[in-house]
Amino acid sequence: MSADWAAARSAFRLKALPRSLVSGGVILGLSLVLALWPSLLAPYDPTAFDYSALLAPPSWAHPFGTDNFGRDVLSRVIHAYTIDMQIAIFATIGPFIFGTIVGAFVGYAGGLWEAIFGRIVDATITFPFLVLVIAIVSVLGPGLGNMYVAVGVVGWVFYARLVAAEIKVQKRLDYADAGRVMGYTPLRIIFRHLLPNAITPAIVYWVTDMALAILLGSSLGYLGLGAQPPAAEWGVQIADGKNFMNTAWWISVFPGVAIVLTGLGFSLAGDGVAELLRVRR
Amino acid sequence: MNATLPILSIDGVSKRFRGPYSLMRRLKGEPPLIVHALNNVTLEVHRGETLGIVGESGCGKSTLARCLVRLHEADDGAVRFEGKDISLFRGTERRAFNRRVQMIFQDPYGSLNPRMTVSQILGEALFVHRMRPKPEIPGRIAELLDLVRLPQDAAGRYPHEFSGGQRQRIGIARALAVEPDVIVADELVSALDVSVQAQVINLLLQLQSRLHLTVVFVAHDLRLVRHISHRVAVMYLGQVMEVNTSEGLFTAPRHPYSKALLEAAPELDPGQRNRKVALRGELPSPLNLPPGCPFAGRCPHVFDRCRTERPLLSPRGRGQFAACHLTDFGTPAPNANNPTGLLFP
Repeated sequence: MSADWAAARSAFRLKALPRSLVSGGVILGLSLVLALWPSLLAPYDPTAFDYSALLAPPSWAHPFGTDNFGRDVLSRVIHAYTIDMQIAIFATIGPFIFGTIVGAFVGYAGGLWEAIFGRIVDATITFPFLVLVIAIVSVLGPGLGNMYVAVGVVGWVFYARLVAAEIKVQKRLDYADAGRVMGYTPLRIIFRHLLPNAITPAIVYWVTDMALAILLGSSLGYLGLGAQPPAAEWGVQIADGKNFMNTAWWISVFPGVAIVLTGLGFSLAGDGVAELLRVRR
Repeated sequence: MNATLPILSIDGVSKRFRGPYSLMRRLKGEPPLIVHALNNVTLEVHRGETLGIVGESGCGKSTLARCLVRLHEADDGAVRFEGKDISLFRGTERRAFNRRVQMIFQDPYGSLNPRMTVSQILGEALFVHRMRPKPEIPGRIAELLDLVRLPQDAAGRYPHEFSGGQRQRIGIARALAVEPDVIVADELVSALDVSVQAQVINLLLQLQSRLHLTVVFVAHDLRLVRHISHRVAVMYLGQVMEVNTSEGLFTAPRHPYSKALLEAAPELDPGQRNRKVALRGELPSPLNLPPGCPFAGRCPHVFDRCRTERPLLSPRGRGQFAACHLTDFGTPAPNANNPTGLLFP
C-alpha cells in the first residue's frame, strides 16, 4: 500500500521541483504561448489604424486603450511577445554556446591562453555593455539581426569567464586526475567530466541574461536601433507613448508591465534552475 | 615472482615545484622559491609485491605516487615501466601504460564525478579502453560491483548516495575495470573510519592475491603499512631514507629516522605508553634544503660528516638499503616494542 503511494508520488514530481522554477515556468510558458500564437488572443490587428478611436483610454472594447494611431495597445503588447521572446533566445543562445566552449578550453589550458583571454575580458568590460552594443549596431546599421550580432560579440565574454573560472576549480579535483590516469583525452575530460560540473553558473546566468536581453532589446527599440516601427515591440511601444505620458499613460505603461513580468519569469526560472542543478554531495 | 626485472623502477627522480613568487622577491631580483618535493629518489617495485611508502606529511610520498602514474612529470631522472621510460610514451603506448598502471585516490568525495552514475563511471573506462564489446559492458559492470562487494543496484546510483568506504570501493572498481598490473593507492583509507578502513584494506589484499596485482601503497599509518606491505620505503623530505622488508623495518630499522618514526607511533596498550619524546626539532623547509643529511638537524646520532655530506642509499643486509653514514645502525638486537604490531589480525 505504502509502496503504491511512493510510486504515485514519484510519478507526480512537480511538488519536488523548486517553487521558483514552477512559478517562473508558468509565466514563461504563458509568454511562450503568446509568442507562438499571438493572433489567438489578440483581439485586433496590431498594426491596424482606427481613426475613430485615437488615444482612447482603457475600456471594454480596448482593455489597454489605444495609441495615437488608434492601434489596440493590448493586441500590440501580445504581438510584441513574438519579437521579445525571440530576442530573449536569439540574443543569448549564441553567446552562451560560444562562450561556454571558449571558457572550457581557456580554463583547462590556463597559462598563455588564459592571459590572452583575460585581456579580452578586460577590454570588453571596460566599456559599459549598452554603449558597446550601440557602437556596434551603429556600425552595422539598426535592425534585429544586427542587434543579435552586436550582443553576441560582447556577451560571450561573460559566459566564457564564468565557465573558465569554474573549470579551473574542477580540473584540480581528483576525479579529473582519475580521468587523466585512465588515459582519457583532454576533450573527453573537458566535455564529459568537467563541463557538466562547471556549466551550472553559466546556465543560471543564461536564464537571467534572457531577461536582460529583453531589457536591452527594448532599450535599443526605444532608441530606434533594434526592432523598427511599426513592428510591435515593447521598447518601440514605450518610445511611441513617451510624448503622451501625461494624456495617455496606457500606451507606455502596459508594455512596461509586460517587460517586468517577463523579466520576473526569467529571474524566477533562473533561481529555480540553480536550485535544481545544485550538486548533491 | 619474477625478480629479474622490476615492473616499475624509479631512477634518481627529482621533482621541483615553483613556489610563490612575491613582488618583494621580484623587486629584489631574487629567483622564485623552489619547493624540492622529490630529491634523487631511487626505488624499485617488483612484480606482485606490495611496496609501502611511508613518511610524515609533506615528505613527498604523494608526489612520488603521482610521478608513477604520470600525473607529474619528473624533472630529473626517469620512471621506467618494464624498463621503458614512461615520459617517452606517446599515443597508443601511453594509453596502454595508463591502462596497466592505475591509481586509487585519497579523497572519496573528490575522486568520483558527482554527475555520473556508477555504471557510467565504470562503463566509460571499459568503453574507452575497449575492454569488452559494447553489449557485454553491463555484464562486466555487474562483475566489477560483485568484485568490490557492492550491491547490484549500485550501478544506477550517483556517488553522493554512497558512504566514504563504498566510494573508495567504487574507486577500486574503476581502477580494476581496465585490468591493470599495478595499482598505486595514495592514502587509500586515511579519510575513512577505522572500522571501514579494515574492510577496504582487506578487500584490496584479497583482490591483490586473486588478480596478481602489484600494489604501491602510500600511507602515513605505520601499522597499516606493516600489515599489508612486503617491503617498505621510508621517505623524509623528498628522499628515501630506508628501504627494507616489512618485518626488517619494524623489528630492526636501519636508519635513525625510521627508528624515530616507529617510536613516535602511539602504543595501543596504555601500560606500554611512555612519555619519551621521540624527535626534537622541526622539519627543515623543503624550500631551503640543508647541504648534508636532511635529517641531521633532528638526528640523535648526528656527527660532523652528516652536516656536510649527504648520505646516499646504500645496501645494508639482505634487501635492505639505508641512506645514513652510520652503516651498522640497527644491526644488534631487534627492539621488543609491539611484538606483533598487527592492527588487523
